Amino acid sequence: MRHSKVVLEDGSFFHGFSFGFEQGVSGEVVFNTGMVGYPESFTDPSYKGQILALTYPLIGNYGVPEKSIRGGLEENFESEKIQISGLIVDEFSRNAFHWGSKKTLQAWLVENKIPAICGIDTRALTKKLREKGVMLGKIMIDGDLDFHDPNKENLVAEVSEKKIIEYGNGKKRVVLVDTGAKNNIIRCLLKRDIKVIRVPWDYDFTSLDYDGVMLSNGPGDPKMCIATINNIRKAMQIGKPIFGICLGNQLLALAAGADTYKLKYGHRSQNQPCMMQGTKRCFITSQNHGFAVDEKTLPKDWEPFFTNLNDGTNEGIKHKTKPFFSVQFHPEANPGPVDTEFLFDDFVRLL
Amino acid sequence: MDKPKKVLLLGSGALKIGEAGEFDYSGSQAIKALKEEGIEVILVNPNIATIQTSEHLADKVYFLPVEPFFVAKIIEKERPDAIMLSFGGQTALNCGVELSRAGLLKKHNLKVLGTQIKAIEDTEDRQLFVERLAEIEVKTPRSRAVKTVVEAIDAAKEIGYPIMTRVAFALGGRGSGAVKDEAELTEKVQQALTFASQVLIEEYLNGWKEIEYEVVRDQYDNCITVCNMENFDPMGIHTGESIVVAPSQTLTNHEYHKLREIAIKVIRHLGIVGECNIQYALSPESDDYRVIEVNARLSRSSALASKATGYPLAFIAAKLSLGYGLFEIKNHITKKTMACFEPALDYVVVKMPKWDLQKFRNVSKQIGSEMKSVGEVMAIGRKFEEALQKAIRMLQIGMYGLVCNRLNIENNIDEELSRPTDMRVLIVAEALKKGYSVDRINELSGIDKWFLDKIKAIVELGSRLKKDGISKGLLLELKKYGFSDAQISFSLDKKEEEIRNIRKQLGIKPFIKQIDTLAAEYPAETNYLFLTYNASEHDIKPIGKSIIVLGSGAYKIGSSVEFDWCCVSCVLHLRELGHNTIMINFNPETVSTDYDMCDSLYFDELSFESISEIHEYEKPDGVIVSMGGQIPNNLALKLDKAGMKLLGTSAASIDQAEDRFKFSKLLDELNVDQPEWKELTTHQDTINFASQVGYPVLVRPSYVLSGAAMSVAFSNQELSEFLTKAADLSQEHPVVISKFITDAKEIEMDAVAKNGKIVVNAITEHIENAGVHSGDATIVMPPQALFFDTIKKVHQVSEKIAAHLDINGPFNIQFLAKDNQIKVIECNLRASRSFPFVSKISKINFINAATEAMLGLPISEPGSAKSTLELDYVGCKAAQFSFSRLKGADPTSNVEMTSTGEVACIGKSLEEAFMKSLLATGFKLPKQKTVLLTVGGDKNRYKILEEARILHDNGYVIYATQHTSMFLNDNGIKNTRIFKVYEKQEPDVLSFMMNGRFGLVINVPNQYKQIALDDDYKIRRCAVDFSIPLITNLQIAKLLIRSLCTLDKDKLEIKAWQEY
Repeated sequence: MRHSKVVLEDGSFFHGFSFGFEQGVSGEVVFNTGMVGYPESFTDPSYKGQILALTYPLIGNYGVPEKSIRGGLEENFESEKIQISGLIVDEFSRNAFHWGSKKTLQAWLVENKIPAICGIDTRALTKKLREKGVMLGKIMIDGDLDFHDPNKENLVAEVSEKKIIEYGNGKKRVVLVDTGAKNNIIRCLLKRDIKVIRVPWDYDFTSLDYDGVMLSNGPGDPKMCIATINNIRKAMQIGKPIFGICLGNQLLALAAGADTYKLKYGHRSQNQPCMMQGTKRCFITSQNHGFAVDEKTLPKDWEPFFTNLNDGTNEGIKHKTKPFFSVQFHPEANPGPVDTEFLFDDFVRLL
Repeated sequence: MDKPKKVLLLGSGALKIGEAGEFDYSGSQAIKALKEEGIEVILVNPNIATIQTSEHLADKVYFLPVEPFFVAKIIEKERPDAIMLSFGGQTALNCGVELSRAGLLKKHNLKVLGTQIKAIEDTEDRQLFVERLAEIEVKTPRSRAVKTVVEAIDAAKEIGYPIMTRVAFALGGRGSGAVKDEAELTEKVQQALTFASQVLIEEYLNGWKEIEYEVVRDQYDNCITVCNMENFDPMGIHTGESIVVAPSQTLTNHEYHKLREIAIKVIRHLGIVGECNIQYALSPESDDYRVIEVNARLSRSSALASKATGYPLAFIAAKLSLGYGLFEIKNHITKKTMACFEPALDYVVVKMPKWDLQKFRNVSKQIGSEMKSVGEVMAIGRKFEEALQKAIRMLQIGMYGLVCNRLNIENNIDEELSRPTDMRVLIVAEALKKGYSVDRINELSGIDKWFLDKIKAIVELGSRLKKDGISKGLLLELKKYGFSDAQISFSLDKKEEEIRNIRKQLGIKPFIKQIDTLAAEYPAETNYLFLTYNASEHDIKPIGKSIIVLGSGAYKIGSSVEFDWCCVSCVLHLRELGHNTIMINFNPETVSTDYDMCDSLYFDELSFESISEIHEYEKPDGVIVSMGGQIPNNLALKLDKAGMKLLGTSAASIDQAEDRFKFSKLLDELNVDQPEWKELTTHQDTINFASQVGYPVLVRPSYVLSGAAMSVAFSNQELSEFLTKAADLSQEHPVVISKFITDAKEIEMDAVAKNGKIVVNAITEHIENAGVHSGDATIVMPPQALFFDTIKKVHQVSEKIAAHLDINGPFNIQFLAKDNQIKVIECNLRASRSFPFVSKISKINFINAATEAMLGLPISEPGSAKSTLELDYVGCKAAQFSFSRLKGADPTSNVEMTSTGEVACIGKSLEEAFMKSLLATGFKLPKQKTVLLTVGGDKNRYKILEEARILHDNGYVIYATQHTSMFLNDNGIKNTRIFKVYEKQEPDVLSFMMNGRFGLVINVPNQYKQIALDDDYKIRRCAVDFSIPLITNLQIAKLLIRSLCTLDKDKLEIKAWQEY
């Protein structure tokens, strides 16, 4: 393995070895503390532009499943390709033996041209990010390269489907605004016998015949999605049920007139506790976001839906009278706990 | 919140196989959680060596058996308003269910905190359990509950062989196992039905992965899973016998969360509030699964999960049972976030069972669905290989790691892989060395290929080291893969020091990492630490002005919770005295490894390498080696030589006491009497010595605890055999041989000295004559049958030795007394196994005194003035044996210790204290007044004659075998002759036993005979297998008979410790 290193914006660096595609890469460095679910995470479009560091030290243990498209949808991954820009781990598993595995992690990364570095004390790296906040960084093999801030780009436009795609044959029709949707959002709707109409992020879906709107997750700064926000405002006028997830939560908030801000180092893990407002119910959720809704700026006809028990940040909002709600976490899971999947049922009941 | 004012907490009693130190941990945590709320806590637990029974925790402690009879009386006396059943293992749970069935909980209006009886019954009764899970479409193994052998055969036919048998309400899977045919089934079920009312015949799932989750639920229905764990050994091997890895390693996101979701569904459906453990079988070829069992209580696995994650499960479960919500309790590690979350690990944890099977004669080394291990170790690393190799070293079985050992494996590898023994993981490494492929080993053993591939990486590195020698790159890689300095040096035939120096020169060192429950996402406020070579920076700064206390390692026979009590007491007192404390230990079943006990907890090896690294970084003011038993004691010389400051007695003095040769010489110099002795030199010399002093003789190696390889020889041939065994064990330290004195009493002196002067002391007396290991003996305090003159002599000799060795701190001396003469047989300059017993009976904390002595402080304990001989009550400590768990083991006591735990009770007389403590070990009083008496040797028969008469006079029917019967007849005691097996005549003793005809079996083998007669062995074993009360020691038999015939169980005093 070739020597390689991770360099952060603040000048700190970590030595390791390259085990992915042998090329340097720049991006925003973020960490995730989940212990399982790398095939799902790496293909989550919300990671677009990011170099992902995993705190769990052994990655790739159960290999990578095969590609398999069913009903127009990739079954084993959250999108059709790896979305992260680069990967930072301590150790990767050279071999994989799981019955569902088709190839090793390394082979998958190389095939997808994703640079990766191992032998890194990702705990030390995480502590740095925790203290200083998320930083730009790069994986370097030989030769230098510039830092690159992906948040200045419209990442959503890059990951969104360019055309309308329909899934399923359900009676109820839900428009999925694809700002980088994970496949499992679609699966969760299909499972409930919904016809899903997936539209590009900036598509004015309000002219379509639909029963409800699903706002998907996605990468980057929500304020970049001006077209989407405008469309959501129109949809709110129409008044049919709206359910937002992650970026969708931020977009719904912005459309409602609230503000969003960037968190110091985001939430990326499978163990975030979220209290449901006004109840004694607390749910363990899967999360992947760098931006959050500023609860203080919520207009008076809106209220918080969920709140993060650890740091008190907003985890969801809902309209006091109309069928609009959204959550900052991932009820569709994949990876992570499935405890909040009931929100899809709640949404479907509203249709 | 409607909180109770007074809570009764049931402990788990003595440590036994399947129920060990983990319940001291969970009980202590529960008490802390309750005390924090201002609730009065009444604890019932006869395990006197536990931390939970210390003065600083519960308001009142009853050293009484955890069984309905006594607990009901305590309830009547104390009138608590609630009871907690989930913190004292299966013992407490069973007791609670029985109390409930007897209507006693209702009668006293006693609220059960946490999980309710109904839920407990749903999980414990297999049939109910299966039905309850079927209601929510959760899969369980196909099974049928049976109550007779005929039903069992029927059920097995329906499911198809091979099948599994399981027994309800049995801790650690007793009576469970794979069964191949009808004959085996008949035998197994017949046996199981003697102690259980039903047996389950189940689908056979061997080879499936075994996965566990720890699940927590509050009264608001909030659920979390704290940790999942994967067994390295597949289904078929009890989880207590398996290597367990946390978190799971080979599960995908789908599998992990599917099982997690089921766990939550199950806990909700069963209505558990608090904590439970759920075990799965997961197919290695699909995502098919079965739920194997649910434990609706804290368990060994939950203790492990707590230590593995830093999430204090028992504490949280106690709070939840009071009505708190998970979201209302703080995460004690971060102190910022809340307890409603699921820990994220950024390290790997490997738990390994510790067996002590060589201690038992006739026990199979094979491991399977019944638990035989007596302890466990937990290793933490950032690579699986690192943690695995650490764990193997922690077992302290003479292995340097997985490879590079002084080990000759000549076993049949195929056989060993498919029918595993306690050597399993080493055999896997050996197989790889011999060229077996990962696939082949997987086929034979069922171990997942991922784990095998990891072991292969270690094996390959080991070979590279042998071939290439040391280079910087390789050394760094070796360290990352968990090779110790000593391991590398052994492989290269160098000294450990040399490797250490090379490593230091190359700048290779371990880093200190925190366990923080959140994988660095939030800062941790606690120092829960481990060392790893897979890192690039330390997480913490040195704590400053500290003292290191070395822990006692894995529980094994001879070293268990009592040393943990010593360590914890020492740490607590050091903190009271204003010192920062650092604890090093690796046993997940302990309180000492609770991160809130000390200022810094290093959950790591007690090896020279780890201790030096920690010492170098923390720069403490001193190291205490005298609290953790033999492991730290044995390190004293080496640590001292490396320049560490040992607090207390000097390393040179420790060596003088431990080295049998030096110590015996010292006694000669001091003119202190001891059995005639000689250092082993040549074989012939030794034989000559033995012939000269006369058999029996005792062979004793140095630096050992609990009599490992200590043996009594009766003939030249036996002696020759033992010499070989002892030589294998210790090459560094000398072995001595001495005259074995028969018919002597054994006395112990537990004491603390300061600058060579004794400041507190306690003399205790064994009931059994010398020849029974002190760990197996029944010990009484204050002594009841010693001459004043003997006591005086014990004091004089102890003072002499303390002065000469300039003892500063705890020590223990063992004496033989015969005809008012005393002889010293052993001296340990460390806290002994009986320190908690003497401290609690005398109410003088010997460890506090020892700690002060070691620090050179004035002794604050009142003990110096108070005599421990003048108590107006009697304490009696009895050993707990686990023979029923160890198939084939001969249930007798001899010079090698075989008990797994102990209890102690207090009474107003010796008989009362003895009776209570015997009952506390699970001994059942005779159900009918029929006694089998078989005593070897006329001398013994003569000694028990009086008691036989008492038995007869009290209406007991005596059955006796040939010689005993004749002897009784000759002495006019009526008895019925019964025949031994070899006599082939009716009435036959074994069939009488199997038919439950005896209320009590007294079988005293002819004293000191190592290999007792086959027939006697069969009688003893049969008694154990059919749960018939059994006594094998003459003095105990005498005392028992006297107690039985003079005491009324109903009139035994129900008094708390504090009331004495």
